[in-house]
Amino acid sequence: MQAWKPKSANSEKEQRIWTWLADVPDPEIPILSVLDLGIVRDIVIQEDAVEVSVSPTYSGCPATEVIEQSIIAELRENGVENISVKRVLSPPWTTDWISEAGRNKLKKYGIAPPAGSTSKRELLNGTRTIACPHCESFDTSLVSEFGSTPCKASYKCDECLEPFEYFKCI
Amino acid sequence: MSKKETLIAYLLRLADNALILGQRLIEIVTAGPELEEELANANIALDYLGQARMFYTYAGELEGKGRSEDDFAFMRDEHEFRNLLLLEQPNGHFGDTIARQVTFDVFYRLQLEALQDCSDKRLAEIAVKSLKEIRYHLRHGTKWLIRLGDGTDESHERMTNSIHGLWRFTGEMFAGDELDEAMKKEWNGPDLESLKGEWHEEIASILEEATISLPDEEWMARGGKNGQHSEHFGYLIAEMQTMQRAYPGANW
Repeated sequence: MQAWKPKSANSEKEQRIWTWLADVPDPEIPILSVLDLGIVRDIVIQEDAVEVSVSPTYSGCPATEVIEQSIIAELRENGVENISVKRVLSPPWTTDWISEAGRNKLKKYGIAPPAGSTSKRELLNGTRTIACPHCESFDTSLVSEFGSTPCKASYKCDECLEPFEYFKCI
Repeated sequence: MSKKETLIAYLLRLADNALILGQRLIEIVTAGPELEEELANANIALDYLGQARMFYTYAGELEGKGRSEDDFAFMRDEHEFRNLLLLEQPNGHFGDTIARQVTFDVFYRLQLEALQDCSDKRLAEIAVKSLKEIRYHLRHGTKWLIRLGDGTDESHERMTNSIHGLWRFTGEMFAGDELDEAMKKEWNGPDLESLKGEWHEEIASILEEATISLPDEEWMARGGKNGQHSEHFGYLIAEMQTMQRAYPGANW
């Protein structure tokens, strides 16, 4: 499944804003930027006003507001005064939009990236094999469908015996 | 009731359902039988709260009187809440919580699926978003219901009692009234009759796998959708609202 690609920037200014946003981290998984997560959907510039459209990951995710504040703070630091963040619900965010770079970063961080695409998962009705992010073994088992944040499930590796988190596929 | 008022009233029912079930689950945070269930419960509760916020915020915007999500949640009285009686029932033991969870989530999923096609764009968008979360909850709840029903003699008996005990609150989900009718006609809302059939079929198949007998048709309690609640409800909102009642407008 292909990752979400932001539309190509219309102007040099917009391009600069995309570059700045690459420095805004997810507060709960700080190695991922908001661009890696694929939640920034659009940037609209009208004269001196900038509107950034963002999709929430989970409805109740407490990170949503922090992310919006961080985006505003980052742009302000770079001299943009008139900023608004628009929350976009449709189409809903999916883990398919996490970028390739984002998936690699997750793995390095010890979190197994979402496996396959969401549409395929539905077909398989939730059965899937997750590789251990530490030793790459597929000999892993699900500990809980839920984890320390709304976006993760808990697994353990039966090979190296390390517990790890899996970024669940939605 | 104008077309807009219909939508606002319907949104508040959806919001109250999500908030009250979320609040019930929050009551058992830190009391999970094991760490994994603890995490599951808190995560599930959080999803409902997030959904409630989306519904309340939208209802407040449509109403245009400046009411915020907090005003709806914390500054209304018992008779103003429109949630189903099923959702305010006490947590009981783990099997009771799971029974409430699965019977409601199967209905809620069907309701949200239908709302994806309603003629209000924003509500349809919230439905699509929420559906992903509810499907995930259902996977978890259904597994537990089956594991406990088809488990030891004791777990089987207790799970059966939980389902049979809560059964009389399940009829309210499908007891259509003027608002359901108006929502269907004016906004292409869900058709409760067809939802009922699908719900029955699905619940029957889960119960069969859990080796739990399907309860007989019986008298069904109703009232929550119109603000007439069971005796448990006052205590629930008293705890939920205590801060805002003591310090109105408190913020941090």
